[in-house]
Amino acid sequence: MKDKKEPTWRELPLRGLILEAGNADKYETGGWRSMRPVHIAEKCIHCLQCWIYCPDSSIIVKDGKVVGVDYKHCKGCGICEKVCPVKGKAIKMEREAK
Amino acid sequence: MEKLIVAKTGNEAMAEAMRQINPDVVAAYPITPATEIVQIFAQFVADGRVHTEFVAVESEHSAMSACIGASAAGSRAMTATSSQGLALMWEMLYIASALRLPIVMCVVNRSLSAPINIHCDHSDTMGARDSGWIQLYSENPQEGYDNVIQAVSMAEKALLPVLVTVDGFIISHAMERLEMVSDSEVKKFIGEYQPQYPLLDVEKPVTLGALDFTDYFFEHKRAQIEAMNQAEEAVNGVSREFSQKFGRRYELFESYRMDDAEVAMIAIGSTAGTAKIAIDELRSQKIKAGLIKIRMFRPFPYKEIIKALSKVKKVAVFDRADALNSSGGPVFMEIKSALYKQSPHPEVVNFVYGLGGRDIKVKDISGTLKDLHLDKVKSEVNYLGVRE
Amino acid sequence: MASLKELAKKEDKFSGGHRACAGCSVPFLVRQILLAAEEPVVVTSATGCLEVFSTIFPYTAWKVPFFHSAFENSAATSSGIEAAYRSLKKQGKIKGEIRFIAFGGDGGTYDIGLQSLSGALERGHRFLYVCYNNQAYMNTGIQRSGATPRGASTTTAPAGKVIPGKVQFSKDLTEIVAAHGIPFVAQTAAGYWNDLVTKVQKALAKDGPSFINVFAPCRLGWGYDPSMTVDIGKMSAETCYWPLYEVDEGKYKINYTPREKKPVEELFKMQVRFKHLFKPENKHIIEQTQSYIDTKWNKLLKKCEG
Repeated sequence: MKDKKEPTWRELPLRGLILEAGNADKYETGGWRSMRPVHIAEKCIHCLQCWIYCPDSSIIVKDGKVVGVDYKHCKGCGICEKVCPVKGKAIKMEREAK
Repeated sequence: MEKLIVAKTGNEAMAEAMRQINPDVVAAYPITPATEIVQIFAQFVADGRVHTEFVAVESEHSAMSACIGASAAGSRAMTATSSQGLALMWEMLYIASALRLPIVMCVVNRSLSAPINIHCDHSDTMGARDSGWIQLYSENPQEGYDNVIQAVSMAEKALLPVLVTVDGFIISHAMERLEMVSDSEVKKFIGEYQPQYPLLDVEKPVTLGALDFTDYFFEHKRAQIEAMNQAEEAVNGVSREFSQKFGRRYELFESYRMDDAEVAMIAIGSTAGTAKIAIDELRSQKIKAGLIKIRMFRPFPYKEIIKALSKVKKVAVFDRADALNSSGGPVFMEIKSALYKQSPHPEVVNFVYGLGGRDIKVKDISGTLKDLHLDKVKSEVNYLGVRE
Repeated sequence: MASLKELAKKEDKFSGGHRACAGCSVPFLVRQILLAAEEPVVVTSATGCLEVFSTIFPYTAWKVPFFHSAFENSAATSSGIEAAYRSLKKQGKIKGEIRFIAFGGDGGTYDIGLQSLSGALERGHRFLYVCYNNQAYMNTGIQRSGATPRGASTTTAPAGKVIPGKVQFSKDLTEIVAAHGIPFVAQTAAGYWNDLVTKVQKALAKDGPSFINVFAPCRLGWGYDPSMTVDIGKMSAETCYWPLYEVDEGKYKINYTPREKKPVEELFKMQVRFKHLFKPENKHIIEQTQSYIDTKWNKLLKKCEG
């Protein structure tokens, strides 16, 4: 039995609907990682390739600039590092610290 | 009240009802003997007599899928089919009900293959009895017409899909006197559809049809089960309102000469019409026979049936389908189940008849009931009218 | 023609926190498609990876109305929603433009969903159908589909001692759809965000049905390191294995011609599902595939001239 009280059938919305758009955001998939991307801001040219190809919407962009990584959701796939056009990479995969 | 009396076949009557309902979307595929409903309606669309978007889908599975899409989008959706068409939609029937979509469907009862046969029996809608649709069976074109109109309100109150039947060819293609309600009265009766959480409300985006693991499925299903448990209220409520407004009485079933009946016949559909004559004949022979014509088969009116049969000594359940459970037809099973706790309970026997449109005559019914009355029926399950 | 900076100003309509495999192409394809849309959209999806990983109750990654009903009917379901929209708009009950996007995997599109797709295209509904093509029934465990290429190893057509993977070539669904004569048909691949975005915008602007077949690499089913998804997507076009082209009002146009057409081996050697083809006794399959690709590419070039 789970500790968290799960809703009874009466408490669930009609017809199996999920009413809160995009609430998957609350589900953390960061624990899936064994590697993590580290953004090197000084080298970044803000081409946004990593942002457009991130499957997990985990490249954080503000005012057209990459400002960081959403580690709550990043699964460590490494696509960002692969598509980074900068020589020596402006985003690099490292071992996830224990 | 404006009284409009016309001559219509069952299909024409149901199509007229659909015209007056003026649904937002009709997605349908032809199949004998329901095809005419779709054709007549298509002519209404072509003549601009309805505002309906008619989707000429490429299969019945797509017909129900498109109705589901249209209903979930937030509009009134209807369709019509029979037999194999209904069977092809099978998975979607369950989905329509579980998604609590108030779709209304005309089903012209036709046997399920094999062998392929275009004539009437109830195997198609009986086969769908676990799908979570409210099922209303009609005796004649008048009932077909009235039931379709009522179905719209029932569906929207219960938030469950509703199917309305007429017997294939026997009623669908037979012309009878029809008392119609005016266009404006139908419009007033069904009112405007107020959808809940429509997909087209892009300001409030919802996700519908999500995946449930073992932690949520049962709760979602329990909610649907409860909706069906409560559906009788919607059926009763709308029936009462219709009866009061338009003077034609509708209940969960019709009791014909049941007050002091000792031998009761239970039947569904057009056979009930034939049976009433047989009942009258038996009565004239001093045999206390009566008829219960079931209108609402799903949900099944257990409580009311038990009450109606409480003083009866013998019950003959006439099934126009066999449930292939090695013990008779679906109505027979429901009746036995209803009477389980009744002590003492009447003797109940089953007559499976009319499969594939095999005709049943007054004398077949009166002869059978007389035999039952005289303790001449030896088997629990009997097959009436087949060459043994 | 959008720039990434412009797209980045828009709100992402597909959130993180979904359960797609790490490195899956489908989520970023969906993000790109939704960013491309300029009007509100209502999305349907067939049963498959996308709807499963994005809508596990009680979580949804979708920030647009989303509906999954069954496996073979994304197009039929979308047809119903679109018909409802047209009906309600005609009655003055809805103002404003809404567009409709139906998703299906290659399973729900090439095979079980082909009928409902074809019907919807023939009826002329104004909707865009996007096939995210990972070339097998991935969600149920990598079974072969009509889109699986010749020689690929899948769980129902595995590379074994006697049979080296799928025997048949894949269906050319893009051409089947083009034969329906709809306003816009296109092929694109993961790794070409600009091509995909441009095509989505073109498609949604058409007053009728449109279709985009997207080559969507699957790291689990194809067997590669998750970081390679975009590289493999690009290699599909570099080898002309998966030409990026469009058919706009019946006119063919190739959107990308590689400067130096790479041999199909370059694509196959990146994926474990083709590993067995490199054995000497199977090399002929690679050769046949190369010849198949060359023939199709030349046919496509001819269609563009005409």
